[in-house]
Amino acid sequence: MMSNNMETSAAAPVGVQPATRPAYPPGDLAIWIFILAELLVFAVFFAAYAFTRMNHVELFNEYQATLNRDAALINTLALLTSSYFVMRGVVAAREGNNALCARWIWAAVAMGVVFVVVKSTEYAHHLGAGVSLSTNDFYMFYLSLTFFHFMHVILGMVILAAVAVKARSGGYSVEDHTGVETGASYWHMVDLLWLILFPLVYVMR
Amino acid sequence: MQYKSQAVAKPYFIAAIGLFVGQILFGLILGLQYVIGDFMFPEIPFNVARMVHTNLLIVWLLFGFMGAAYYLVPEEAERELVSPGLALLMFWVFLVAGALTILGYLLVPYSGLAELTRNELLPTMGREFLEQPTITKLGIVVVALAFVFNIGLTILKGRKTVVSLVLLIGLVGLAVFFLFSFYNPDNLVKDKYYWWWVVHLWVEGVWELILGSILAFVLIKTTGVDREVIEKWLYVIIAMTLITGIIGTGHHFYWIGAPEYWQWWGSIFSALEPIPFFMMTVFAFNMVNRRRRNHPNKAAILWALGTAVMAFLGAGVWGFLHTLSPVNYYTHGTQITAAHGHMAFYGAYVMIVLTMISYAMPMLRGREAANSNRSQVLEMWSFWLMTVSIVFITLFLTGAGILQVYLQRFSADPLPFMVVQDKIALFYWMREVAGLVFLIGLLTYVASFFVGSREPEATVAVAEKA
Repeated sequence: MMSNNMETSAAAPVGVQPATRPAYPPGDLAIWIFILAELLVFAVFFAAYAFTRMNHVELFNEYQATLNRDAALINTLALLTSSYFVMRGVVAAREGNNALCARWIWAAVAMGVVFVVVKSTEYAHHLGAGVSLSTNDFYMFYLSLTFFHFMHVILGMVILAAVAVKARSGGYSVEDHTGVETGASYWHMVDLLWLILFPLVYVMR
Repeated sequence: MQYKSQAVAKPYFIAAIGLFVGQILFGLILGLQYVIGDFMFPEIPFNVARMVHTNLLIVWLLFGFMGAAYYLVPEEAERELVSPGLALLMFWVFLVAGALTILGYLLVPYSGLAELTRNELLPTMGREFLEQPTITKLGIVVVALAFVFNIGLTILKGRKTVVSLVLLIGLVGLAVFFLFSFYNPDNLVKDKYYWWWVVHLWVEGVWELILGSILAFVLIKTTGVDREVIEKWLYVIIAMTLITGIIGTGHHFYWIGAPEYWQWWGSIFSALEPIPFFMMTVFAFNMVNRRRRNHPNKAAILWALGTAVMAFLGAGVWGFLHTLSPVNYYTHGTQITAAHGHMAFYGAYVMIVLTMISYAMPMLRGREAANSNRSQVLEMWSFWLMTVSIVFITLFLTGAGILQVYLQRFSADPLPFMVVQDKIALFYWMREVAGLVFLIGLLTYVASFFVGSREPEATVAVAEKA
């Protein structure tokens, strides 16, 4: 089944009205294989964090207090909002409204920019205070996990920008908007990972 | 053969096979020296035999990659090579430089070779796998530059496909990372650190791109599955390769004095390195199962499926076995590493080169698409002989490694290295026997080029009966 999708998912199945019955999973199957692999990498990282924290609860609690939770909350809201915008973009694409789709996707990218700026000020603060990967286990995980996620945000923005550019030039239609769904799926993954990362690293005591 | 200039691949393939035979002969000498320490001493001491065994492997794989690229790129770019003459010239430069270097290893004491080649001017010698005299290393750079120039320009001037672009990224990466072999800092930690940038980022990074693109090319040609489908797989596979493989370098940084966070980074990312290999296995079988036509070259398809399976086992499974830092604490530098090395190199890189040779050589020798049935049957025999014997070599070395770890490092009363070596001698003997079977397989492979060459080409119907 997997292999069949890999071939046919580029276009909606013949005779099926995409607007009423979207193909499942949405987007290209290849992106889902990629998403699963990415989730696995993060899952291993999260598990490693949890086990290490278990053995050093006090150290983790102490240094967690040095993180800027307000900034992280702003970033959570920014990513959630961006996912909403992306969803609106997909709806617009399914209705064949390329211009509207492009506007929503660009709005999502703008929220991504907010995330990147806020996160960068956080990094600047910590690096300015002399924190590095070798400071202690907590900072090692904090910097590794958030930076790895940060790189995914940037990759996601590149993908969304490519979708927006194509939408602007009228590249999608009611019949074929797989590209929008593909980009949206990846972006939702980036958002989802942050929704685990935020409570795990910033909030959980 | 669609383009005349593809013919330059032929001498590269022949040289690769010739050096492969040499590599295996030295492997057998080396294997015997594990149990008969003074075998062939002082003519070929252990350290020299080991150096020749590993260096020949790398050189012949490079010959294979270059040959594969020279065959593949014109067909993908849909034009002749920019300069077939340069490709032939570089073939001879590389062959002569390689032969002189090996003769240097064998005829002159290593320190004498260093003096003879004026190593003191730019010291780069004396490091595992990078033992080549500086002048040879410079020669390799020249050959690699000319090669990348030739291939790159052909691709840029012609049709650009995902397959050829991935191949090009892999080849450029191969050339760029080799430059770290010239960086030889006094600080031993840094020395080891950047040494891995050549060794690891080759075999667990850019070489995998070369592997992926050659496999994709052969599958496109033999199965007739849509290029789009195959390219999509290739994208996903190389993305995972790079994500896991680049940071996975950290699994070499555990015990060399690098910062502690590498314990985590190395463990986590390298633990996921089997994923792209597993994807490659699924990919290869999927494409063959959904083939749109039966290709008469059954042997090439067997090699392609074989490399996908054996790369996953050797590089993926046997790599995972000792990649986590708490495990590697015990297994580091034992026969477990040797077991992994043998199956990974055979499965991933030997077999992909043989896949390409198997696919391309019939055309290079004037056939339409495939060798005669008799030749293919013999080639498939050699496939099974070599593959089964490498599995046994790996299992025997794994057995030796587990015992070694236990006796030497894990038990309450650890024994000295040489005492343990004596105790595991039985495994070394069995490995040597498996090695002999491998040699028989390799000779069978060579013989398959000379058998049935006057008989008619295998057709799909005939091949299916066989």
